[in-house]
Amino acid sequence: MKDDRDDDRKTRRDGWRAWLSQARFFAEEVYSARYRGAIARARRDEDDLFMLLVFSEMMGVPNPASYYTLELQPLLLERFHDWHKRMGMERSPLDHFRCC
Amino acid sequence: MSAIVLLVIGLGAMALGYFVYSKFIAEKIFRLDPDFRTPSYEYEDGVDYVPTNRYVLWGHHFTSVAGAAPIVGPAIAVIWGWLPAFLWVILGTIFFAGVHDAGAIWASVRNKARSIGALTGDVVGKRARSLFMIVIFLVLLMVNAVFAVVIAGLMMDFSSAVVPVWGAILVALIIGQLIYRRVLSLPMVSILGVLALYALIGLGPSVPLQMPESVGGMSGNAVWILILFGYATIASLLPVWMLLQPRDYINGLQLFIGLIILYGAILLMNPSMVAPAFNGNVPEGTPSLVPLLFVTIACGAISGFHGLVSSGTTSKQLKKETDVRFVGYFGAIGEGSLALAAILAATAGFASFADWESMYSAFGQGGVTAFVEGGAYIINNGLGLPEATAATLLTVMASLFAGTTMDTGLRLQRYIFQEWGEIYGLDWMKKGVPATLLAVGSCLLLAFGAGGADGSGGLIIWPLFGTTNQLLAGLTLLVITVMLVRLKRPMWYTLAPLCFLLVMTVAALLTQLRGFYNDGNYFLLFLDIVVLIAAVFVSLECAATLKRHRREMAQQQE
Repeated sequence: MKDDRDDDRKTRRDGWRAWLSQARFFAEEVYSARYRGAIARARRDEDDLFMLLVFSEMMGVPNPASYYTLELQPLLLERFHDWHKRMGMERSPLDHFRCC
Repeated sequence: MSAIVLLVIGLGAMALGYFVYSKFIAEKIFRLDPDFRTPSYEYEDGVDYVPTNRYVLWGHHFTSVAGAAPIVGPAIAVIWGWLPAFLWVILGTIFFAGVHDAGAIWASVRNKARSIGALTGDVVGKRARSLFMIVIFLVLLMVNAVFAVVIAGLMMDFSSAVVPVWGAILVALIIGQLIYRRVLSLPMVSILGVLALYALIGLGPSVPLQMPESVGGMSGNAVWILILFGYATIASLLPVWMLLQPRDYINGLQLFIGLIILYGAILLMNPSMVAPAFNGNVPEGTPSLVPLLFVTIACGAISGFHGLVSSGTTSKQLKKETDVRFVGYFGAIGEGSLALAAILAATAGFASFADWESMYSAFGQGGVTAFVEGGAYIINNGLGLPEATAATLLTVMASLFAGTTMDTGLRLQRYIFQEWGEIYGLDWMKKGVPATLLAVGSCLLLAFGAGGADGSGGLIIWPLFGTTNQLLAGLTLLVITVMLVRLKRPMWYTLAPLCFLLVMTVAALLTQLRGFYNDGNYFLLFLDIVVLIAAVFVSLECAATLKRHRREMAQQQE
């Protein structure tokens, strides 16, 4: 008898929880959907600047922090292709660094 | 006549429009295809192209298009009596706005989610594309100027709203930080934000801030206009997550709550229409109903501004093509119901006919003030809220809408200046700050140029704003019509509204031209002529394009 009531309460609580998470999903979509593009673009601009810093030495721009940024290069390689395309360079701008 | 009867007829007709007419348009004319791969999937990038739940998308579409314009326009237009405004809003929503908004999304979705401006270039021609840019610029210019004047007027008339309106901006700034830094979850923040906003509204009447009639040789009105543009400049330069995003969110919630309160109060109070159905005794200087009604109410009946939203952002997020009907057409219905509420508030919310008549003492008078006072009267009688609080609530609602439109408009205008800088190789114009200052400067020129040094006469340009807005709608309808002709489908469902709009726009421009000339207002005369030239070119473009396409089709058949 007691178990039944517990089960009942549990399913009701689960139902509530599902409803709440649904509500949160909708609220978050409503909050972010309209400005997703603008924010992602602003973030991309910042990331682009960072890419330039990391790969600057390779393009002949001296970078005092190159000892540290060298380590980051393999991590940013994934984004390299998108970046150079976006910067208006059809092919990889670096002689010894083939991309596509 | 009871306002509830009018409410039921209006909402019933719009529901019928949605269930019958929009179904016909969606299935027989646009032939929406549930299996069509929409651009949101085709180019999905997580940035611009994101398949979005249709209810969420409708919410965005609706809150982006519904602003202060569907309140101001109908509230001015009831000067001719409630029936003309009512009929134009209801029939306009069903046969014009719904088809236009849904059509703009459809046209964009079928063309890689490109904007209507770009589509005009592809579908109609290069000349039309330049024309489109000019008309958009004029619309934005007028919208910013006119809304600054509207908010300034509200701040002068309802000093109790000054603290809540500016407090709301503070609330938005705090919400933005709370969410950005992930301090609280969004549902929690929403509840707190709405509570804070309504606490401010409740507080407003006890801390009125009245701008003095004149400050350092300038009228109080003019000072408010300057402050508002100062605010809009800063707001349009800030990152969007800081102010624009949280404020739009709070505004969206406020829109729904406000609509529920207003409609609920009408149902509970059951006011009767105080204003006449047809006002046979309009104040001197009121222009004739035809054609001016059709440009005074733009948003709420049909508005070109919606096409920009439909094709710019909505089409990139549409999940299924069949959602066009719900998002576009039902979005227009949402706007129509806001306009209907504005009509009812401005015509039924008065104790006697004499009160109403003194409110509408001249053309352009009344307007939002009538909406706020009428609405407050209804809310007071229906829900028992003190009249001062109710008036503050509605003033906050109208000012926040107008404010949102203003700084979005300013941002868009800045982009146009930057684009011109790009085209003509002017490096300084490409930068954010100078372009924004140019945009603000041109709006200030219009706000003060139109109504003299105190900026109080700025509402004279309202009908001119309407004509420009209708021209924009005309260009969008032209794009849809040409697409339909190419697909060999019936074109009359978009061509008839297009012709009607062009005739009314040109007629309204000519009527106003004479008015401005008689008043010796050469600044507006010049502006009117510019819009008139644009209108003539749009008409010629329409005729030429349709003729060309029909000839091509005929040749193909031979």
